[in-house]
Amino acid sequence: MATKHHVVTRVNGEEVEFLCEARHSLLEALRETLGLTGTKEGCLDGNCGACTVTLDGRLMDSCLVLAVEAHGREIQTIEGVASPQGLHPVQQAFLEEAALQCGICTPGFIVSAKALLEREPNPTEERIRWWLAGNLCRCTGYDKIVRAVVDAAARMAEVKG
Amino acid sequence: MANKVLVRQEFKVVGTRPIRHDGTDKVTGRALYGGDFSLPGMLYGKVLRSPHAHARILSIDTSAAEALPGVRGVVTAKDLPRPEEGIADVGEGAVNLRFLSDNILASNKALYKGHAVAAVAAVDAHTAEAALALIKVDYQVLPAVVNVREAMKEGAPILHESLRTDAQGQKGTTPTNIASRIQFAKGTLEQGFAQADVVVEREFETATVHQGYIEPHNATGLWSSDGQVTIWCSTQGAFTVRDLVSQILRYPVSKIKVVPMEIGGGFGGKTVVYLEPLAALLSRKTGKPVKLVMTRTEVFEGTGPTPAASMKVKMGATREGKLTAAEASFAFEAGAYPGSAVGAGCMCAFAPYDIEHGKIDGYDVVVNKPKAAAYRAPGATQTGFAVESVVDELAEKLGLDPIAFRMKNSAREGTRRIDGPIFGVIGALDCLEAARASDHWSSRLEGPNRGRGVASGFWFNIGLQSSCTISVNADGTVNLVEGSADIGGTRASIAMQAAEVLCLRAEEVKPTVADTDSIGYTQVTGGSRTTFATGWAAYEAAHDVLRQMKERVAKIWEANPADVTYEEGVFGVKGDPKMQMAFRELAGKLNHTGGPIVGRATVDPKGQGGAFATHIADVEVDPETGKVKVLRYTTVQDAGKAVHPSYVEGQMQGGAVQGIGWALNEEYFMTPGGTMANTSFLDYRMPTTLDLPMIETVIVEVANPGHPFGVRGVGEVPIVPPPAALANAIRRAVGVRMTRLPMSPGAILKEMGTV
Amino acid sequence: MNDFEYRAPASVSEAVALLVEKGERARVLAGGTDLIVQLRGGRFTLDRMVDVKGVPELNQLRYDAAEGLVVGAAVPCYRIYEDELVAAHYPALVDAARIIGGIQIQGRASLGGNLCNASPSGDSIGALIALEATAVIAGPGETRSVPVEQFCTAPGRSVLGPGELLVALRLPPPKPRSGAHYLRFIPRYEMDIAIVSAGVAAVLSPDMSSFVSARVALGAVAPTPLFVTEAGAALAGKPISEESIALAAEAARQAARPINDMRGTVEQRRHLAAVLTTRALRGAVARAKGEQVNGH
Repeated sequence: MATKHHVVTRVNGEEVEFLCEARHSLLEALRETLGLTGTKEGCLDGNCGACTVTLDGRLMDSCLVLAVEAHGREIQTIEGVASPQGLHPVQQAFLEEAALQCGICTPGFIVSAKALLEREPNPTEERIRWWLAGNLCRCTGYDKIVRAVVDAAARMAEVKG
Repeated sequence: MANKVLVRQEFKVVGTRPIRHDGTDKVTGRALYGGDFSLPGMLYGKVLRSPHAHARILSIDTSAAEALPGVRGVVTAKDLPRPEEGIADVGEGAVNLRFLSDNILASNKALYKGHAVAAVAAVDAHTAEAALALIKVDYQVLPAVVNVREAMKEGAPILHESLRTDAQGQKGTTPTNIASRIQFAKGTLEQGFAQADVVVEREFETATVHQGYIEPHNATGLWSSDGQVTIWCSTQGAFTVRDLVSQILRYPVSKIKVVPMEIGGGFGGKTVVYLEPLAALLSRKTGKPVKLVMTRTEVFEGTGPTPAASMKVKMGATREGKLTAAEASFAFEAGAYPGSAVGAGCMCAFAPYDIEHGKIDGYDVVVNKPKAAAYRAPGATQTGFAVESVVDELAEKLGLDPIAFRMKNSAREGTRRIDGPIFGVIGALDCLEAARASDHWSSRLEGPNRGRGVASGFWFNIGLQSSCTISVNADGTVNLVEGSADIGGTRASIAMQAAEVLCLRAEEVKPTVADTDSIGYTQVTGGSRTTFATGWAAYEAAHDVLRQMKERVAKIWEANPADVTYEEGVFGVKGDPKMQMAFRELAGKLNHTGGPIVGRATVDPKGQGGAFATHIADVEVDPETGKVKVLRYTTVQDAGKAVHPSYVEGQMQGGAVQGIGWALNEEYFMTPGGTMANTSFLDYRMPTTLDLPMIETVIVEVANPGHPFGVRGVGEVPIVPPPAALANAIRRAVGVRMTRLPMSPGAILKEMGTV
Repeated sequence: MNDFEYRAPASVSEAVALLVEKGERARVLAGGTDLIVQLRGGRFTLDRMVDVKGVPELNQLRYDAAEGLVVGAAVPCYRIYEDELVAAHYPALVDAARIIGGIQIQGRASLGGNLCNASPSGDSIGALIALEATAVIAGPGETRSVPVEQFCTAPGRSVLGPGELLVALRLPPPKPRSGAHYLRFIPRYEMDIAIVSAGVAAVLSPDMSSFVSARVALGAVAPTPLFVTEAGAALAGKPISEESIALAAEAARQAARPINDMRGTVEQRRHLAAVLTTRALRGAVARAKGEQVNGH
């Protein structure tokens, strides 16, 4: 079956359209069709969180979303986190706290952490750990990631004044 | 929850915490990893893998797959050159090459479930996958052996008819699965045990575990019509990939270029090749670039796990707490082909201690599992678990404090290891002292079912070859080119060493990891060698820059080059304080005073200093479920000199957590037939955020005299102590001594007699 | 994976028609967190995927003191645990919804999908059985209701016939002086499959001294989630005490008929059935008394 679906969606605030087959995941569409390779592939079964994006504001593993489901929706990926004015406080905190080593899980963690801090500006360590449990990191032991999220919360509070 | 650095020697740049050079690309998603690479007209490859753990391949029919629309090419072992051809010495070299080649594509036997049998290139990944189902392989299924003890028994299924045990050069005469036996000895064992008042002897087992990097293996190959081959991949060693592909394809290294993309974790598992030769072969066959990316299941079933081990350790001590003798036998699973890390395991096992009489036997045993690859301090975690558990039990029997007992017996400068080497300046005792002085050790642990454990570990670290060039920019900054894959911040730690020499800020040295055509030979990022050896190359290259710049200053000032000085970023001349030129000023003059300056260096340093670590773990065990909660965890480690302390802490924390995963829940769950049942991150249980506390660190700095800044290397050793530290903590929490990994809830309940 | 047809109906009748047309070759997509993984893993192939997230009945989440709770089959977990009324009246449902996968899975996975996947260890099923949920099923024939404890028939199999679709789960309003709790045992602290789980609901006497009735369900100890009526019977009329709870736990242990697999052994699972029943009962009693009990 070579039926292609015409998908019109918004990615990082911009309208985009693409063709896909029903079997294509949103992850495939982002990486292969739209060239947005910041969203990573780690396991393809929703257990590592490297492919985390938001769909209408909700965190999802994009490997478990069909590309065709993105029609008419709003997608945010790692590429949309920084602005022309500079890095997002979460990104800045990850850099300064050395919260990444190889960096493959980093986009997923940043997308997840940003979503947390947008909902809950001052989460506890326990809450941060619960929220991020769907994102695996094999390099850091999570210590510096948790610190970076705490640090980012403080930075965001400061910006808000 | 402190991170402490016990600094002994201060520098301007080395020892500070700048933002890593590649950081912004990695937090914005811009950094390109192997899987992110693509070329116009690229095909997608998929690999057909054996469904059997042990089977003879009678025939492979690829015709139906080749006929599927969209399929552009299929390769099998027949497309690989036969290793014996053209080799004058059809001996060891040819056998090893055959093993290497057969692991890429099985020729006459599949030796593990997941063993690659054929590969397909097609217009998209879904078509390639569909084609796999059309390849007909006729297997004669053979009995499999997936456990080291079983494999060593008489009458066990034999993997390689030609394999004979190599016992320190002596070849066996009958087919066997025991590829080699090694032995190290010191003193007189009987005498040592005769002096002992207490002897503890126990057997231990560890399960097969995986490195667990989040990025699956990948490779893109392009075989150009002029015969030039380019491979883009995620690897710990681009030159190693080049050399291995050259050997497997019998193709000159000069015609192969390997471009190291960013790498999403390796931990030793990306020091070998799997897909790279296939990408090249498929590209040659199709005339197009071909990309292959493994699934997670393929990563588990087809790539290097770390060996399971079966071990026996016996140690004796006097009533006063002096170790007198140590004896061990370590049998490691090599996987389908010889070459486990049992040797390194033997070398590290008793290294933290000064023991007069000792003997260590090591066995490298093939089984029907994927060929084992290196995993962080390869071999040392397994043997360390056994030895540190026995050391703990001795301390317990003698009624001694476990740190005091270790300190009394600690290896020091001049101690000879059982495997021979004599230690230079080491930090074994310093780590123990720092552990004893830590907040953690002096805190009280109260409450039922709670216990505190301690364990030490050792990794010898390695040197090997590295290359570096540094070119000076007109604005007074420099570009540094090196060949070490950056898995965890080594661009920064290498650039910082050059910056220190050049009196520049870390940000003024811009590091690039180059491809194999663009930099001199550089060994893998592994063995905790990169900051040590490539950092040293950067140090030497920076000195080469300075030497040339001094010559240039001398030329401009018409002074004697030997009189030119360089201090605090300013060139001067001895005896003439008026003559001064800043680095930046000279940099701007280079092009019209004689041309650009490029410093270069290649090194093969031998002065690596071993690294020791001591960990403290507090646990609480739920006696009804057997589940362990890690309440508090501290890692103490001698870094020699922490070039970038944040990334040293990161290595300590990450290594410790991999060790915790190995200790508590990770394992290949094998069916009797040799199938791994848990090939996803759902059931291969690596630690999540919720499984851990903060990981406290204490960096000890006992400078390595064999390095300009005292660097030792930090990546490996932190994985060694956790299993024993946790086992010792569990012992104190609920009274059982766990001798098998993983110490999963079910295993603990069983040991407690609950189920 | 093979390609398939993707359809997104807007009504139950349209969805049913699409399913009827393809029979076994069609599957329902809600969160897809099981379906897409299974499809990708080659467990089956499909001709048609019917995305039901656009069907209003499958998206409703409605509580009424008289009618109880209606959870549309496609309502994702996060809506369950973020809903204040659900949290107030059905905390055991929240216990389950907040441990299914991580935050990303909870953004998509539904209780309905979890039930239809019919895994013996499905995390929401034990809670639903304890809470007396019924499954509302639409199909080519009459709409029917099936108690959740009768919904799963074998691993991966359910009472859903060809063309049938789970529309919603209905939970009766909580009885006075009742409490419920769901617990599972996993080797990690998140992102895991239950080795054993227990969902328990208890109704206490007016003076809060004895059990009026109780419902106990176990997961991962049989080919389907198990409703252990013996455990409930052991408690009816008994005083609230550790002795009574121990009787129920023993009944749970006896009822468990688990297998050995990579996640656990028979002995371990039987033992855990009793441990979790005990702990879940304590939690249910505490909740019935109005005390706060954490999910885990």
